[in-house]
Amino acid sequence: MEDIKGAGSSGDDKENLDNEGKFLNHTPILDELEGGKWPSFISGFKELAERTEKPMIRGVMDQLEYSYKTKMGYWKGGLVTVKGYGAGIITRFSMIKDKFPEATEFHTFRVQPAPGLHYNTKMLREVCDIWEKHGSGFINMHGQSGNLQLIGIEQDKTQECFDELNQAGWDLGGAGATVRTAASCVGPARCEQACFDNLKVHEKVLKNYAGMTHRPEFNYKLKFKFSACPNDCANAIMRADVALIGTWRDSIQIEQEYVKEWIDEYGEDALFDQVVNMCPTKAISHKIGTSTIEIDNKNCVRCMHCINVIPKALSPGKERGASLLIGGKNTLKVGVNLGSMMIPFLKLDTDEEVEEFIEMMDEIIDWWDETGLDHERVGETIERVGMKQFLEAVGIEANIDMIVRPRDNPYYKKEYESAT
Amino acid sequence: MSFEYEGSNIETDENGYLVSLEDWSEGVAGKLAEDEEINMNDQHWEIINFLRDYYQEFQIAPAVKVLTKAIAKKNDIHKKEASVFLYDLFPNGPGLQACKIAGLPKPTGCV
Repeated sequence: MEDIKGAGSSGDDKENLDNEGKFLNHTPILDELEGGKWPSFISGFKELAERTEKPMIRGVMDQLEYSYKTKMGYWKGGLVTVKGYGAGIITRFSMIKDKFPEATEFHTFRVQPAPGLHYNTKMLREVCDIWEKHGSGFINMHGQSGNLQLIGIEQDKTQECFDELNQAGWDLGGAGATVRTAASCVGPARCEQACFDNLKVHEKVLKNYAGMTHRPEFNYKLKFKFSACPNDCANAIMRADVALIGTWRDSIQIEQEYVKEWIDEYGEDALFDQVVNMCPTKAISHKIGTSTIEIDNKNCVRCMHCINVIPKALSPGKERGASLLIGGKNTLKVGVNLGSMMIPFLKLDTDEEVEEFIEMMDEIIDWWDETGLDHERVGETIERVGMKQFLEAVGIEANIDMIVRPRDNPYYKKEYESAT
Repeated sequence: MSFEYEGSNIETDENGYLVSLEDWSEGVAGKLAEDEEINMNDQHWEIINFLRDYYQEFQIAPAVKVLTKAIAKKNDIHKKEASVFLYDLFPNGPGLQACKIAGLPKPTGCV
């Protein structure tokens, strides 16, 4: 605390900040952030503060100004919950509340969005109104966690605010050692490349793991993400312990008449530059002078590039499903991991198939809960004890398609067969 | 902060957790539970005693995961049920409320 006292030069705090009868105090350093080319969060802060005159916002701005001056952050954590919930509210207590009493508390509500971030305007209006009534009014859509983040509320008001949100149909998201709020791309709702109904799977998973979302009892967090095609718009492979990514197991569908149309419009050179030569496995061929392309589907690694360039002519195969990848995460005990291929092809069309998937996840979560160390993500546990042990424990058969990355390093080792 | 109990002054931290473990008694626990709006029954006491035993052995409050598993084993129920059971007894979270009533320090970090 000595540092804090010494950092601000004497006597400059209150007098100079006073802003001639205006609601907000002077914040010269924060004002600099409004000068650039891009929209500034400071302008948003000011607008909301002047309109609502909430002292909390003024306090936070004063503390932030002071933070920039001293180059120190002054928020600390704690525990704030609502009845029946062990997680969902991220606490932010000021370490220097004596200096900035208006900034004493500024907690965050994590609210779960609907799968694929589909809202209707009525629900959005309601959440805005409720939040402005009880909290600061700031909403972050969407934080890295995939939640609707409602930023800035005092502990005393959390229960009342939560009750109103809950009545309006919202629920808190995950935080701490829980099943976290899942994320999905827009899926079949708005995208023709979707290979499975990720929104339906998301909804079922969300409902099934509601308890584990609200009551932290794991080693650490567990994240589900669902991308309906290999474009992976939900970033599932990088950011989810459990990633379902849509795929197909037959051939890319080609409509040659639209290939011709594309060549007529952009030329053969463009076809070579943008499609044929960009194929990472050289699986696409085109004979000069013709107006068709051929795809060697056995060598296709589902990178989606050609489909994205000529979406009219090419589309994912007819037999569609999803791949299950496990263990993606950012740096923690070991470095960054991409998800590892566990099940190359899963059908997820019927309710029974989705139930089976959830049962398999229960199995995997149980194993990780028993085997994992404190603060260990499921991918790290698998890396520590070995893939073989993991597969045996959860009852998944080893398969040559289980790989670290495409065309490389199979876990599978073939039995030695003598030459005789 | 502090409160009076049977003539003696009991010191707490700013969140109402006992500063000294020695100040705890069943009566004090009852007073703490009253403040948390919890009607103590045998099931509550079981959890409180478990927490105190654990703390005496390991000098730290158990992680919620450990507590949940122990309760599941003791009552012969599934972990998921144990979790619901714990939150029914202590709606604001066994970490926060049960530790306070058991006279343990406030759990730190993300529980």
